[in-house]
Amino acid sequence: MDITEVPVSQDNKSKKKKNKKPKKNSESQEGNEAEKKEVEEKMEKSEPAFPPTFSVSEIKNKQRRHLMFMKLKQEKRKQKMQLKKKKKKEREALGDKAPPKEIPKTIENQRVYDETTVDPEDEEIAFDEGTDEFSAYFNGLTNPQVLITTSDRPRGRTVRFCEQLATVIPNAYVYYRRGLALKRIIPQCVARNFTYLIVVNEDRKVPNGLVLCHLPDGPTAHFKVSSARLRKEIKRRGKDPTEHYPEVILNNFTTRLGHSIGRMFAALFPQDPQFVGRQVATFHNQRDFIFFRFHRYIFKNEKKVGIQELGPRFTLKLRSLQKGTFDSKFGEYEWVLKRHEMDACRRKFQL
Amino acid sequence: MMGDRSRLCSVWLGSETGILKGVSLSRKQAFNFCNSSHLSRDQEVRALCWGDPAESELLVGSVDGTVKTFSTEKGAFTETRRCGEPADGCFTGLAALSDSVLVTCGECGKLRVWREDRSEPVTELDAGKNVCRMRQDPVHRHKVATGGKENGLKIWDLERPETPVFTAKNLRDDWLDLRRPHWVRDMAFIPDSDKVVTCTGYHQVHVFDPSSPQRRPVLEAEYGEHPLTALSLPAAGNTVVVGNTHGQIAMLDLRKGLVRGCLKGLAGGVRGLQCHPSQPVVASCGLDRFLRIHNLEDRKLQHKVYLKSRLNCLLLASRDLEEGGGATEQEGGSQEVKEEEDEVWDTMEQVQEVEKRKTTEEEEEPQKKSKKKRKKGQD
Repeated sequence: MDITEVPVSQDNKSKKKKNKKPKKNSESQEGNEAEKKEVEEKMEKSEPAFPPTFSVSEIKNKQRRHLMFMKLKQEKRKQKMQLKKKKKKEREALGDKAPPKEIPKTIENQRVYDETTVDPEDEEIAFDEGTDEFSAYFNGLTNPQVLITTSDRPRGRTVRFCEQLATVIPNAYVYYRRGLALKRIIPQCVARNFTYLIVVNEDRKVPNGLVLCHLPDGPTAHFKVSSARLRKEIKRRGKDPTEHYPEVILNNFTTRLGHSIGRMFAALFPQDPQFVGRQVATFHNQRDFIFFRFHRYIFKNEKKVGIQELGPRFTLKLRSLQKGTFDSKFGEYEWVLKRHEMDACRRKFQL
Repeated sequence: MMGDRSRLCSVWLGSETGILKGVSLSRKQAFNFCNSSHLSRDQEVRALCWGDPAESELLVGSVDGTVKTFSTEKGAFTETRRCGEPADGCFTGLAALSDSVLVTCGECGKLRVWREDRSEPVTELDAGKNVCRMRQDPVHRHKVATGGKENGLKIWDLERPETPVFTAKNLRDDWLDLRRPHWVRDMAFIPDSDKVVTCTGYHQVHVFDPSSPQRRPVLEAEYGEHPLTALSLPAAGNTVVVGNTHGQIAMLDLRKGLVRGCLKGLAGGVRGLQCHPSQPVVASCGLDRFLRIHNLEDRKLQHKVYLKSRLNCLLLASRDLEEGGGATEQEGGSQEVKEEEDEVWDTMEQVQEVEKRKTTEEEEEPQKKSKKKRKKGQD
């Protein structure tokens, strides 16, 4: 067989150099090289040497190329497994003295620093947040009251989604849209002391958008809804939720924009949760996707806690945040998602 | 102490939280000029302008109808003047005539001229309802323009305040014979001509020419599909920079109304836009709480400063932006400031990549640049 390991093995080496800490590098590399030399020698004995720049893609016969490529892959995997085993052995041999495991690189912990990250001690931001549109709620002056409606003529899952959303949010009422314009609904809502208007948009019977409008004077957020799972579709779910006010958990809303969005979600629920109900609504932000989950917990003993999902679950992604109540034509936007411009860097997050 | 800081600043911004902010681009520092103990939303800054040609005094118009004078030499507010009631709506424009005569305009359309020694306005004229902006002609300082929603462009001569010098006529009805609504959001006087350029809430840019008998716009251009909120004329001429509520900024050519280029990097709606009087740079601020400075030649982002509050208006000093500006003599004092303001320093960000690329470009093609320059010279 005509295998040339030369370019590949070189490649491997360079990769390892990058990935590993310099201390361990010397050892493992030596071992590695020894192995490789063995392999190469074997090859060289049986096969004539190829020029060092040869690659599998240069083979013109498709079947043969495929075969060679599979072999190459196998070889690579083998090497990798060997290396892994060796490392494990080393760790075991060292026992307690083994160096701590490396933290895997994820795009979250490699996140680009965002200068708008809120410092809790900052006076100016504290003042800005203290006097914004939600301050009435956070000062305990208003109680949330939510109107849920849909796009015109909702079908199928959207209807059930709205109903279930209304069981999660206390003081929420689902109304049929009746073909009314949002700009005409909003003054009526304000007159009836609603503090939120939620509009669920649907596409082909599946909810795909959500407008969250704080009343009486904004802001309005527009989200994309994806992977919505209704109560029926959730496995191992608990009994239907009770009418107790749930607790709210907001995770990872760190930037200035994230704070605004987090405050917006917090103001959806009444401020004093009824702990008897043992229900929690969670908004978890990860990589700008907001995951909603609704759970019931139980303290089994002093150490163990059991949770039960009650549903529904869905994922939100912020599309825009607009100042003032819903006015998509003449409203001023505080933040708009600009695709390809903002998400060009995968390690940059907005929330 | 505050004076040292304020002398450094070359960009001034008014925020929604009522704080006057100064930014020094050369030192990459941002300062707040306010009394942080009693902040209030009533103090929200809606208009900014220079009080004197030497740019040592800054006039700050707040929502509650007061105009404060800020001295950039002392770094403190020196004077507060009451110009109108809060019921008149917030300021849409502020301008200084010669020798401390002040022109204000509120949303209700009352255009007033104030003298320093009197508490009552000297002249008062009605520019109609819902005025969105009042601007002063930088050359003929007694000429001002107003315009707003359902309130077309009007040009006033403050020496003869009885009737407007020029009133724009509404656009011709459209192809369905329907009336076209008016909504002037911002305007500017084109230097070396009588013309005025306006931008509207219906994403149009209009050029009016009072010297011609035509009262309808002589040029109409459209940009984007969202309301245009601000506009500014660069020093180079023939173009206008407009910004809209979605945070899109574009340069439009005033000869044919075509888009010359867009400036990227904004996240939220534009509230204030100003071009530097001599350099090819434009500064923009808005609801996304950032001050951004773009170069108009290569359309690259040069500076991006996070300023913590929503920004309403901005004002550039006419000196070189990058220059320290008068602070060179007192190195000692300013260094103290630097140490103290480390945190502010950290919050600022310079777009370094751009700079790098620029330098490499310069290294690579010094010939091209010189060619360009030569071309400009010929023009």
